[in-house]
Amino acid sequence: MTLEYTQARWNTDEDGYEALLSEKNEETVETDDVPLPDDLKRDELTLPELSEPELARHYTRLSQMNYGVESGPYPLGSCTMKYNPKFTEDVAALPSAGVHPDRSPESIQGTLELLHRLEDQLARIGGMDAVTLQPPAGAAGEFVGILIAKAYHESRNDERSEVVIPDAAHGTNFASAAMGGYDVVELPSGEDGRVDLDALEAALSEETAALMLTNPNTLGLFERDIEEIAGMVHDVGGLLYYDGANLNALLGRARPGDMGFDVMHYNVHKTFATPHGGGGPGAGPVGVSEELAEFLPNPHVREGDGGYELYEPESSIGKVHGFMGNWLVLIKAYAYIARLGDSGLSDASAKAVLNANYLASQVEYDTPYEPFHHEFVASAGEQDAADVAKRMLDYGVHPPTTKWPELVSEALMTEPTEVENRSSLDRLAQAFNAVAGEDREAIEAAPERTAAGRIDQTEAARNLRLSWRALDEDS
Amino acid sequence: MTTQHSRGSPFAPHTDEETAAMLAAVGAESVEELFDIPDPVRFDGEFGIEPRGERELRAETRALLGRNDDLTEFLGRGHYDHYVPSLVDHLADRSEFLTSYTQYQPEITQGFLQVLFEYQSMLVELTGLEVANCSMYDAATALGEAATLADRVRETSGSTVLVPELMREERRSVLENYTEGAGLSVETYPHDDANADLDALTEIASEETVMIYAESPTVRGAIEERLGEIGDLTDANDALFVLGSDPVALSVLEEPAAVGADVVIGDAATLGLGTSYGMGLGLFATREEFVRQVPGRLVGASTDSGGERTYTLTLQTREQHIRRERATSNICTNQAWVALRTAIHAAWLGPSGLVDLATECLEAPAELAERLDDLTGVKAPVHDRHQFREFVARTDQPAEAVRETLEGKGFAVHAIDDHLVQVCVTETNTERTDALVTAFREAAK
Repeated sequence: MTLEYTQARWNTDEDGYEALLSEKNEETVETDDVPLPDDLKRDELTLPELSEPELARHYTRLSQMNYGVESGPYPLGSCTMKYNPKFTEDVAALPSAGVHPDRSPESIQGTLELLHRLEDQLARIGGMDAVTLQPPAGAAGEFVGILIAKAYHESRNDERSEVVIPDAAHGTNFASAAMGGYDVVELPSGEDGRVDLDALEAALSEETAALMLTNPNTLGLFERDIEEIAGMVHDVGGLLYYDGANLNALLGRARPGDMGFDVMHYNVHKTFATPHGGGGPGAGPVGVSEELAEFLPNPHVREGDGGYELYEPESSIGKVHGFMGNWLVLIKAYAYIARLGDSGLSDASAKAVLNANYLASQVEYDTPYEPFHHEFVASAGEQDAADVAKRMLDYGVHPPTTKWPELVSEALMTEPTEVENRSSLDRLAQAFNAVAGEDREAIEAAPERTAAGRIDQTEAARNLRLSWRALDEDS
Repeated sequence: MTTQHSRGSPFAPHTDEETAAMLAAVGAESVEELFDIPDPVRFDGEFGIEPRGERELRAETRALLGRNDDLTEFLGRGHYDHYVPSLVDHLADRSEFLTSYTQYQPEITQGFLQVLFEYQSMLVELTGLEVANCSMYDAATALGEAATLADRVRETSGSTVLVPELMREERRSVLENYTEGAGLSVETYPHDDANADLDALTEIASEETVMIYAESPTVRGAIEERLGEIGDLTDANDALFVLGSDPVALSVLEEPAAVGADVVIGDAATLGLGTSYGMGLGLFATREEFVRQVPGRLVGASTDSGGERTYTLTLQTREQHIRRERATSNICTNQAWVALRTAIHAAWLGPSGLVDLATECLEAPAELAERLDDLTGVKAPVHDRHQFREFVARTDQPAEAVRETLEGKGFAVHAIDDHLVQVCVTETNTERTDALVTAFREAAK
């Protein structure tokens, strides 16, 4: 079987591919009839002006120049690119979902009950005591976790200055800790790719506010010493933070709360199959142990005598989003979790882990760290991982995450998730192996079958053109 | 149909034969063998969540959300409902857009990259600034990011952020959370009839000031009349001028760049998403000189191996996945798909549609205020300003009582102070203004 694939490529303008809206038609409208004094209004507005059929064709063509989970396999490590069920879109599109955030709680009991039910689902799944749904993304959830840790320590008159983070952690962990005003202490991984207890001992101190950890870690390895790690962090008075990016590997098998984590975030767009939308919106609910519940962001939903109500937790950190986060995403997560239930959630995890192990067994690239769970990191060896990725595009699959974590040279971090079956995984393996057997010239010329040829990143950064106005000025 | 998932996830496509063959290929007897989890932290999988079928869940959720009262909302204060054309839903829901990831492989994601480039371009036109990113979470978080940007780019050692006394409490709370880690403090300046009190602001501003924030329209719907002077004052104190607005208002208001704004933030979801229980799309635009300090993602034009113009994420060295704790922001997942919706909506309206919509946002509140002012026990508008979408009315009756009575009659308005209510009117509720006036007559007397 040869692998053939060609992405749609629309070439309607000599300068590039599908022409920009502004190149198709622009109009300038005067504001003479606008009832405002001249010094408060602009004189004119210039923007594209196209008919609806023209717009429908423009965006349809652009969609054909874009690859999504429904186009084919998307084994992007640490991103958990799952199939997004259709019915959750319909549920989120119900007219009764579109309420204004300043509605009185009495008038939106349905909305509040759904939020409360989702909090309950997530608390059960994570083994946590209380959950806030407010953070609009995973990194926002990390930031909330950091703010909660800070508020907790301050409430005990115990100011601390450091957050410990393993070197292989997601970059957001570092950035979120810094935004909270903490210094980051980087924890070097042990030779087996896990937390090295001696290194951890050395990193921890009375200054440690928290250790941020994902489990399994970004190499797909389960931190088997987790109980000991939790004990060490708690012994110095720190909190243990769980980065939920890899929760898909644990559903029904282990819970962060049971492992000793005090605070965690959930990536509903990963674990609970809400669409990534080309980079968002996601949602990053945060779960905490009972002792941290008083610090959760406000408002929070609770069940009162007269129904569901909004309230402000006793020592709330305040707010991290203008209102209640990405509500439409939360509805989808609720419906997805309810659709799967206990058996489906456990099965999703089982199939995700099976798929990663099966795919790794079929791929010829070396996988230095084992045994892994839902994702594995292969090494492209002598090849450049970025070139490997570009060449894989020609075979009609999305490539893995490349060159990260840095513990593996020329890393290909691969996470097939549970939604691929054997034939699809075989096709992925075939793509990997075809590229593994190709010489440098072939992979450096790739991709050839995508909507655009290899794109010059350096030019984009050197000659910054961030709008069509900048293009006009440039020409 | 409920038996279908007793076997497991309905979205894992494996047959039993495939599962068995795959296990054999990896040399395992069962899937459980592949889980490397020590016994003490093993969990038995009993969450107590009952799986339901798709049909049941659609009915269940419809019934649940159906418990929300069916009110006509005259609510605004930063969250606005405008009619979203069908084109937006149908095109944004194309799965190639909806189910894709961040465009880290640009050759296979040109479509979304071009949409985001066009979104950035439209904001550049609306603000007059040179750079717009391709989204923050919402206006509140965009304001927080603007403050940390101001802190990074401003050369002197000031640490105070000045914000209007009249602004959404939530927005201010988020700002405080974003600025605390950076060691900044937030102070307020008073208002003068719902515009900035410029004399007071001049008193308060000093070399300690890192940033001055103003909104137009303000949270009370008043167009800020002295933006140019606030810009000058900000310059005089070597601070950054951050302006909050939204794309509909910007369609007719003077370009922010022309009044000296260094950063424009706001909620762009006023186009494309509606109120959605507060879900948003953070607008963030700034001057080119700050481009390397911008939070979030930027799409730039480039060329491909065939010499054709293409698009790609650029300046990624600012971002958390590369710069880690020295990144300009921790934002990773953003609101890209909402930006796509906003771009389609803006393109559908075009410049003439945008100007018409904004004109309606000026005329409708003026007209409604006049009608309420005729009622016994109501004075409207309270502020002698140009009002955009919404206005404040004073009621002889306690505002909360008026709000409650109106809610009982099927209308939602804000009670914002003891005797102040706020009413927002757009094209989505104008057909109910007669009924609102009637209800108001009863509620306010």
